[in-house]
Amino acid sequence: MTRAPAPRPAGAPGAGTAPPAARARRRSRPGSLVRRLLPHPGLSLIVALVWMMLVNRFAWGSLVFAAVLGLIVPVMTAPYWPDRPRVGSPRRIAAYVGIVLIDIAKANIAVARIVLFLPKRDLRPCWLTVPLDLTTPEAITVLAATITLTPGTVSCDLSEDGHALLVHCLHAPDPAAVLDEIKTRYEARLKEIFR
Amino acid sequence: MTGIAEIVVALLLIVGGAFGVVGSWGLVRLPDPMTRLHAPTKAATLGVGSVLMASMAHSWFLLGRVTWHELLIAIFLFLTAPVTGLFIAKAHMHLSWDKRELPRPHRDDDWATFGDSAAESPMVRAPDPPPRSE
Repeated sequence: MTRAPAPRPAGAPGAGTAPPAARARRRSRPGSLVRRLLPHPGLSLIVALVWMMLVNRFAWGSLVFAAVLGLIVPVMTAPYWPDRPRVGSPRRIAAYVGIVLIDIAKANIAVARIVLFLPKRDLRPCWLTVPLDLTTPEAITVLAATITLTPGTVSCDLSEDGHALLVHCLHAPDPAAVLDEIKTRYEARLKEIFR
Repeated sequence: MTGIAEIVVALLLIVGGAFGVVGSWGLVRLPDPMTRLHAPTKAATLGVGSVLMASMAHSWFLLGRVTWHELLIAIFLFLTAPVTGLFIAKAHMHLSWDKRELPRPHRDDDWATFGDSAAESPMVRAPDPPPRSE
């Protein structure tokens, strides 16, 4: 969290303020004109889609404006993500989102059951250290968010150099099983997505 | 057709309300702040989700109007709920946990909340910490 890049001076955003390293890297890529106009096609698509959903009914004028936003926003924000990781196939991402959504529903029912029926003295909260194999900040962020949204666990802190997550479990009679589930169910899949 | 849609909307609203109540009841019932954090970060997401789905189904099938705002609300909720939870947890660790009570991190010296850079963080320094209640 503290490692976010320093904000560029306001009033002068855009490709011209990109750090020299990023600029050089962008120039050296093949097809650099398309690259420079569309540095992040996925982000362009998301921005345009979100705009269309905000407008909430289809009109050609809105579509044109969405396209303009999709072109401008990634170019202006390019200096903020100089080393973004390559993201794996859309099918894997869709599968991961599906798994997480199902787990969120399960988590809700499990937590509701604990809140309603488990006697207070039987509650076994505990802290858990999750050693991380993921290295990119983006992947760790997704893992931490997933842990918070899924069964009985909240991610509370990251170690100083990002090698472990501190997780709090609401009710874990067997902490090793929780750790194993986080590692195999979520982290392994994220490792495939963020290579 | 509208009869079925009305039943679905009503069921979704009931489910949403029930999970909302359970999440709030968890805040009252669970024993300490760390466990209390679990109830709203989870039980509430499905509660709000069901209400949003009900709203979507209502305008699609009963009003005949396609809306996407609910989907956006759900996406932003899922993006922000973990961040809120993390910040509450970190603030709580600052105020009332000692790092010796926590498990050791895996390869690093310390957790980010208690590490070297924490001493310079404005978030940590801001107010004088209240006396620890034993």
